[in-house]
Amino acid sequence: MEHYHMNLNLKVWRQKNCKTKGEFKLYRVENISSEMSFLEMFDVLNEQLIRDGDDPITFDHDCREGICGACSMYINGKPHGPWQANTTCQLHMRAFKDGDTVVVEPWRADAFPVIKDLMVDRSAFDRIIQAGGYISVNTGNAVDGNALPIPKDDADASFAAAMCIGCGACVAACKNSSAMLFLSAKVSHLALLPQGNPERKSRVMNMVAQMDKEGFGACTNTGACEATCPKEISLTNIARLNKEYLFAGLTAE
Amino acid sequence: MLEAKIPSGPLDDKWTDYKGHCKLVNPSNKRKLEVIIVGTGLAGASAAAALGELGYKVKAFCFQDSPRRAHSIAAQGGINAAKNYQNDGDSVFRLFYDTIKGGDYRAREANVHRLSEVSANIIDQCVAQGVPFAREYGGLLSNRSFGGTQVQRTFYAAGQTGQQLLIGAYQALERQVALGNVTMYSRHEMLEVVTIEGKARGIIARDLVNGTLERHFGHAVLLCSGGYGNVFYLSTNAMGSNVTAAWKAHKKGATFANPCFTQIHPTCIPVSGDHQSKLTLMSESLRNDGRIWVPKKQGDNRKASEIAEDERDYYLERRYPAFGNLVPRDVASRAAKERCDEGYGVGSSKQAVYLDFSAAIIRYGKIEAGKEGLANVSEAEIIRMGKEVVKEKYGNLFDMYEKITGENPYEIPMRIYPAVHYTMGGLWVDYELQTNVPGLYALGEANFSDHGANRLGASALMQGLADGYFVIPYTVGNYLADEIYSKAIETSHPAFAEAEKEVSDRINHLMNVKGSQTVESFHKRLGKIMWEKCGMARNAKGLEEAIVEIQALKKEFWNDVKIPGSIEEMNPELDKANRVADFIELGELMCKDALNRNESCGGHFREEYQTPDGEALRDDNGYMYVAAWEYAGDSNWNLHKEPLVYDVIKPTQRNYK
Repeated sequence: MEHYHMNLNLKVWRQKNCKTKGEFKLYRVENISSEMSFLEMFDVLNEQLIRDGDDPITFDHDCREGICGACSMYINGKPHGPWQANTTCQLHMRAFKDGDTVVVEPWRADAFPVIKDLMVDRSAFDRIIQAGGYISVNTGNAVDGNALPIPKDDADASFAAAMCIGCGACVAACKNSSAMLFLSAKVSHLALLPQGNPERKSRVMNMVAQMDKEGFGACTNTGACEATCPKEISLTNIARLNKEYLFAGLTAE
Repeated sequence: MLEAKIPSGPLDDKWTDYKGHCKLVNPSNKRKLEVIIVGTGLAGASAAAALGELGYKVKAFCFQDSPRRAHSIAAQGGINAAKNYQNDGDSVFRLFYDTIKGGDYRAREANVHRLSEVSANIIDQCVAQGVPFAREYGGLLSNRSFGGTQVQRTFYAAGQTGQQLLIGAYQALERQVALGNVTMYSRHEMLEVVTIEGKARGIIARDLVNGTLERHFGHAVLLCSGGYGNVFYLSTNAMGSNVTAAWKAHKKGATFANPCFTQIHPTCIPVSGDHQSKLTLMSESLRNDGRIWVPKKQGDNRKASEIAEDERDYYLERRYPAFGNLVPRDVASRAAKERCDEGYGVGSSKQAVYLDFSAAIIRYGKIEAGKEGLANVSEAEIIRMGKEVVKEKYGNLFDMYEKITGENPYEIPMRIYPAVHYTMGGLWVDYELQTNVPGLYALGEANFSDHGANRLGASALMQGLADGYFVIPYTVGNYLADEIYSKAIETSHPAFAEAEKEVSDRINHLMNVKGSQTVESFHKRLGKIMWEKCGMARNAKGLEEAIVEIQALKKEFWNDVKIPGSIEEMNPELDKANRVADFIELGELMCKDALNRNESCGGHFREEYQTPDGEALRDDNGYMYVAAWEYAGDSNWNLHKEPLVYDVIKPTQRNYK
């Protein structure tokens, strides 16, 4: 792989806190290696800002290996940037070329208020899980793990939904700021397993109610969420969610 | 001073006896007892969930925006359990034995045996929670092999086992939040332990969003704050992983045990340049199928594909025929370093070895062709089918490798090199996971107890969940049973005020240095000293130099650090400065501990102490003890020794040949 260096113009959203108005500011970074990650390029910029006596840019990040779901930058009009099935932290600078202008914004959704700059509050996701995204089993009650055979295809499908990292890119990509992909991933993960069966109906009803309460928008099936999801969570999960919701509604007592 | 409180009686019966005799707290009293949990990874989230279920009033803290982001989430390969589902000779004793041996005889027998006993319950619990472990076509759970063992006891969910287990614990935790048993404080960092009359009674936490200091009371405080690998700057840890909570406890009297025991993981993506902010692990599970090699010729600059089979040195298979590519991590790391130091390394930096899947791809391809009854299959077709199998097993890891390096590991061998990954050392705890400060506990990677001088793969997840789900609910109850008469202490108590003032003074001090060098630059320099002088190989001269350099760095830090912004706002640079200040002090203690331990064992390799063929040379007469350091003021520690007594296992020279 050929490595190269580049100079970039960055247009970054700056906002002191959720009560103040934000604005774009222009920055220039030079001699950036194509081997760097996008966040390492931001590290370079921040070091530069601190040395110059400016306020560095605040952004969420932690594992930097694409699994914790903390990083959340809206890069050139796409959550997590130009690569498919990718998180911001795994985006590498070889995606850009010398002289490019890169626009970086926070996730934008009413349910995700800006905390500072590119950092937003995603605690709404935790509250959706609190509404029913679990199996009610206390510690110590479990039977042997192999007492309940689960067909491999079911286990695999459940796992594919459970891969969701809760980053919120699906919400950021959606013109309605809908959280349906996130919610449907959790409903599918648990509905596809026999362990999840007893609470199937109450789970979906309560989680959907909480999602609405948090101020997420409705789903109009544009599929922008699936296209941007770093873990490629499938839109079929939303279909399954709708089925589960309908069934729960129809059979409600 | 250090009483391990190991129950008497035969090893097999200790935990059962303990559970049968420990004190209990009745449900109405549990509601009045408050427990603080710092950190919400596998240990913290599982403890919070389990204690919430029992009815304790739990307050859980994490510095991330959600407990689901704790770094346990990044664990890839799997979790061990002595289920013997494979009928391949596994047992509680075997897992116990492998863990003690893997730890190079520097762990406590009783703790490790208990870990091994509860390991099977963890799998059952996680399955019940809906953790989607990998399964066979018959619907039963699948296993794979990990290093340092000869049985298949590792349960997994593709290369995302940590994620799935953490989500399971997180969901159990959120359920308790919904039920009102746990109050969750996200984006909060613990900055001090509050002790009253010698007992831990609460913490001072900082709300990272607005910078406010908060006082929180607890009848007990559980530190589940993970390891301190980031002292090396570059490690596989998350950017935020830090030692601060444990270090504050240490400075309040909790002894810190075996700080020099660091795990350097053999298979990580090599450093690509000075810009590097962290290193990425490639799961040990890859060593099930990948073969590690370097060219037989020194300084060979040819591409991997141009190097013929008989010109390749599969050095692990050569040196360790019994375990081959699945030797424990410390052994594999040192062997890679040895080859690179001798000039056999590959890639542009020459600080890398190959991890090659071509043989596995062909092997799996042939199996697939056989399954389908195909005869006369072309090699290309076999390779295609083999790649599919490898993709199913390790797809996400291969994708991650390609994103970072731009190279396709299905076509060219991965380049890998050892990197700091895990810290076996940590706060000293007794059998009950209590530090020497009453009421203060340490769970998971934050304590020192189970992995000795080297942790086996897939055992960190096991320990975190064992401590949280199955150990602490009993042991903390044994302490809290005597606390039912203690009313919650008002946080207006002078001890809280004093602790808060200490924190606030320190933060003000940091902000007022107004120097010229960034926090990051200090952290990098510390990491360089640690990696070069207290890393994969250490010697007395280097360690002595490192101590002097770290002391100088500390002085420079407190005189010249530059922190932008203010205190009363979201200020990640200030958060980082608090952490780096603690890392610097810890770094000095690690070097001191490494210097004290005049032997090589597990991940601690002192160059002066090795066998003629370069293996770690232990000194059981001199160093069969836990080195627990008591803080005694600036750059000053007192050493306490807890002798390690082996009643059941007879320590021998570790042999993986």
